[in-house]
Amino acid sequence: MFTTPFEKIITRAWGKPGSHSLETYQAAGGYQALEKALEMAPAQVIDEVKKSNLRGRGGAGFPTGMKWSFVPKDNPKPKYLCVNGDESEPGTFKDRYILEHDPHMMLEGIAITCYALDAHVCYVYLRGEFKHQAERTQAAIDEAYKAGIFGKKVLGRDFSLDCYLVRGAGAYICGEETALLESVEGKKGWPRLKPPFPAVVGLFGAPTVVNNVETLASVPHIFQRGAGWYAGLGTDKSGGTRLVCLSGTVKKPGVYEVPLNLTVKDLIFKPEYGNGLPAGRKVKAVIPGGSSAPVLTADELDVALEFEALKTKQTMAGSGGVVVMDESACMVRCLWRVARFYAEESCGQCTPCREGTPWQTRLLRKIEEGRGTHEDLETLVHVASSIAPYPPIGLGNTICALGDAAALPTHSFFQKFKDEFIAHVEQKKCPLGDKPWGAFQDAYNKGLPQ
Amino acid sequence: MGNALFSPDEQKTFDTKLAELLSHYPDDRKSAAMLPALRLLQELKGWLPPDGMELVARRLEVTPARAYEVATFYVMFHTKKPGKYTVDVCTNLSCALWGAEDLLAHLEQKLQLKSGEMNDTFFLRETECLASCGTAPCLQINEDHHENLTRKKVDEIFSRLP
Ligand SMILES: Cc1cc2nc3c(=O)[nH]c(=O)nc-3n(C[C@H](O)[C@H](O)[C@H](O)COP(=O)(O)O)c2cc1C
Ligand code: SF4
Ligand code: FES
Repeated sequence: MFTTPFEKIITRAWGKPGSHSLETYQAAGGYQALEKALEMAPAQVIDEVKKSNLRGRGGAGFPTGMKWSFVPKDNPKPKYLCVNGDESEPGTFKDRYILEHDPHMMLEGIAITCYALDAHVCYVYLRGEFKHQAERTQAAIDEAYKAGIFGKKVLGRDFSLDCYLVRGAGAYICGEETALLESVEGKKGWPRLKPPFPAVVGLFGAPTVVNNVETLASVPHIFQRGAGWYAGLGTDKSGGTRLVCLSGTVKKPGVYEVPLNLTVKDLIFKPEYGNGLPAGRKVKAVIPGGSSAPVLTADELDVALEFEALKTKQTMAGSGGVVVMDESACMVRCLWRVARFYAEESCGQCTPCREGTPWQTRLLRKIEEGRGTHEDLETLVHVASSIAPYPPIGLGNTICALGDAAALPTHSFFQKFKDEFIAHVEQKKCPLGDKPWGAFQDAYNKGLPQ
Repeated sequence: MGNALFSPDEQKTFDTKLAELLSHYPDDRKSAAMLPALRLLQELKGWLPPDGMELVARRLEVTPARAYEVATFYVMFHTKKPGKYTVDVCTNLSCALWGAEDLLAHLEQKLQLKSGEMNDTFFLRETECLASCGTAPCLQINEDHHENLTRKKVDEIFSRLP
């Protein structure tokens, strides 16, 4: 593939004045895709999305058209669309900017999706901390109602659509799609046992599709420019461009829209992207797809930032969060920080996750502080394996994939940086000293102090 | 009642906004409005007082236990009255790589509080990733986000607090 020349599509308007307004969006051709889709039969809309090879951008990379086709046509219940804007996987910060700079692109995607699914109500779920983004999104929704895009007659057609914003209140687990549904239903975010999948029994017991913000923002382009055009931007199995979030020890962190054949290495080093590391720093490790994705070593960076390619390295493209750790970062401390996150965010329903995540955290702290033993290292791997073995990815023993997300970093950090773990035990201290982090700077972005 | 929960103005705001929220959900699913209703209560009172949670539960036709359960599950809900400003410092990985631990130490000294402690003015705590890792380190004061922080910038932000 890669028959369509790369161009920025999702981020095309970012940074331009008024990019978030309906007027600007329409001036650039916005809502023409919706017009086109409304001329087609809903089944045809789903077929186009299948042909586009669009895959979900929320983490699992599930083919979007296929997901939509799982919604039963003959179910008498109403159907729902829920937008996943919980964006809480450490290292991920792309949806924030879509909502901020171009919320109408997502809203147009919502309208097309609801038409395809015969859904008349959509809930947009945003993480509670997104105050500014929620204001932007609500303002855009209000504009869309006024312009007759949402409401009783979508663009004058016999199709009604209501769109409501729901704000979370600080719980990573609500990004898991069934926990999100519980939260929209006004409950604590406890993931549901699957099956049944949301496409059959979802919100209020009715068929529901949950899609990520970026996934929905990608939809209009498929109708504006054609499914073949969109598919041609990517690989045989995955269409379009992709947003990646680059953070950690690089000179130019940020969100970049990239072709799916860009390698991790090029993302870090090319001047138009990360532009390398601050002077005197070298890459030690890179997390390629949000903190739950198994870590890569400096020798493993010649891999494309794409679902299938990363799978061959026993890791995943996940949510697009690429975190660069340099030689001065202690791998035990980095892992400890990640482990603490999952322990904090475990909902507590399943024993391996509820008990295992704090156990990992306690062991890592002990090792980092120089009190660890060789036995602790064995226990660490054992605890992680009880939550989820590795490889392969996706065989966890828990209700939801947070368990896997918590175990995968432990397995991969330990396998790839074993010497560093052992050195902590043998030297009875962190070999990197008590400043194993980048120090807080008075001159941000001017390079780390030596 | 000696201490009414709301002033008449607050009561009016609460009633109007709650009615609007309820219109977003099917008639037999009033309880779905739990998160937005608690958020509304917290916006009015600065926290979730027990009688407020009971009121929300009554209006949504569920038991008070349902309101408590939700309120205690989500970290942004305050079931204890916090200081005027809740300071959430991200110390997750990307921020830590840009010195978030030093930033926290700076704030602990500046506010004379340990992480997790509060006084009348401030509630200082560590938080998980705020989806702002490219502009690390970052923090939020109540719901206002501050990023690309330097020591100087932090000092300025705090000196400008009303
Ligand atoms: C613990 C956990 C957290 C998740 N967090 C998010 C999130 O913040 N945003 C998101 O879009 N998907 C998240 N997901 C993935 C969703 O469950 C779901 O796969 C996604 O919303 C589907 O949308 P997509 O098909 O458009 O990718 C999470 C999954 C798990 C297991
Ligand atoms: S795996 Fe963890 S977060 Fe997921 S349902 Fe089980 S306890 Fe909850
Ligand atoms: S790690 Fe701090 S915002 Fe993501």
